[in-house]
Amino acid sequence: MSMDPDDEALLEALLAGEHRALARVISKIENRSPGYRDLVSELYAHTGNADVIGITGSPGAGKSTLVDKLAEEYRDRGETVGVIAIDPSSPFTGGAVLGDRIRMASTVGDMDVFVRSMSARGTLGGLSTATADAVKAMDAFGKDKVIIETVGAGQNEIDIVRTADTVAVLVPPGSGDDIQTLKAGILEIADVFVVNKADRDGADRTVQELREMVHLGEEGGLGGGGHHGAGAMGGGNGRDEVGEGDDSEDGWTPPIVETVATKGTGVETFIDELANHRTYLVDSGTRAEKARQRYAEEIRTLLREDVHAMLEDELAASGGIDDLADAVRRGETDPYSIAGDVLAPVAACVENLETDADADSGTE
Amino acid sequence: MSSEQEAESIRCLVAKVGLDGHDRGAHVIARAFRDAGFEVIYSGLHKAPEEIVQAAVQEDVDVLGISILSGAHDTLVPKIMDGLEEYGAKDDTLVLAGGVIPEEDREGLKDAGVAAIFGPGTSIEETIEFVRENAPQR
Repeated sequence: MSMDPDDEALLEALLAGEHRALARVISKIENRSPGYRDLVSELYAHTGNADVIGITGSPGAGKSTLVDKLAEEYRDRGETVGVIAIDPSSPFTGGAVLGDRIRMASTVGDMDVFVRSMSARGTLGGLSTATADAVKAMDAFGKDKVIIETVGAGQNEIDIVRTADTVAVLVPPGSGDDIQTLKAGILEIADVFVVNKADRDGADRTVQELREMVHLGEEGGLGGGGHHGAGAMGGGNGRDEVGEGDDSEDGWTPPIVETVATKGTGVETFIDELANHRTYLVDSGTRAEKARQRYAEEIRTLLREDVHAMLEDELAASGGIDDLADAVRRGETDPYSIAGDVLAPVAACVENLETDADADSGTE
Repeated sequence: MSSEQEAESIRCLVAKVGLDGHDRGAHVIARAFRDAGFEVIYSGLHKAPEEIVQAAVQEDVDVLGISILSGAHDTLVPKIMDGLEEYGAKDDTLVLAGGVIPEEDREGLKDAGVAAIFGPGTSIEETIEFVRENAPQR
């Protein structure tokens, strides 16, 4: 793959540790500027050293404040930190106010904490791809720890934090009774639970409820505790290694850490638990398994986006989607028939492709 | 591949710098920029020039809007401009200033690299229009 000379220079500057080059590369990733793919492809050769930590929780749970303290503690230990803070964007104007940076006060003036705000631009899993690519950029830059911070609101956000090796879910005290903890979704992806604002009323009860939930999951019970995160939600990943993946996943029970992020209380314990989880991932081989699933998902997302983009172009070339939509409105046809017609030539191509692939594999 | 969807958006840092606790204007601008479809990063209050520079560089913003109502613009703004220069970010960042800035100081700020100054009474539409027309093409 040949790279644009400017991008080549940019990549070199990034690898040389220039902050602005890193910032510019992330912009290219976000904007999907021409050539960004070649750039990201090149980044891959330089990655694999960073620990990626995902932090999620409801709005106001204290994520940014905790991330700030986490970054400070890592810096005290001599490690460099990258933070990707994701905030929602307006579905109407595409505009966004990215406010996570305000809370990142402990480490200002320290360029070795690189904070980047991203908004939920784009559609169809685009953000999780952009996040994963931005993580790669920070990894290649040489950050020891990369923290992804996002509001845990829905599937999109869950996809984002799943690009992390270790996921911490913040649960503020008084987040509802124990039925809430049985709900599928956000609590299932946790490798570590953090009850932040632990000095508030109801913190003990929240810890208790989480503990019960974790135990229920452990007994192979109904709720499906946090430890099924990667295994069960891989989305039909590998056919042969599923069983084995689940077994090793069972070796981890998500700990519950109490913190008061504004005062820095409990942050060290939190970091220790993150480190424990990392050790567990490496020792049990789960890290490799997770990485495999993640790359499978990335490949899938890329293919989906590419095919989608090709079809959009195709549609635009043949008069645009509006005419087709209007035909449906007038009752002349229906969306399924249109989809079938549009896809027919693609399906034909794919069949040819399959025969080619067969021929190729035959020669190997 | 020609079919990649580009998704560019104008990124702005709305910054409050120095000992100045008046951020009503900054909030209004941040909100208006958001509604105009920009991505706005708000710095929070009482930031040092170096913090603003750090944020502008890391966030790779197209536009830096500095709000100052304390009268210290002649000290603070040049510090920010020097910091941007240090990281090679001065030339392709559109720097705007807003707040209470006397007429006689404006020329000096423009010489330092501020593209435009929006005093009290400027319409928000005017500011947005200016940003749309002048945001650097990278």
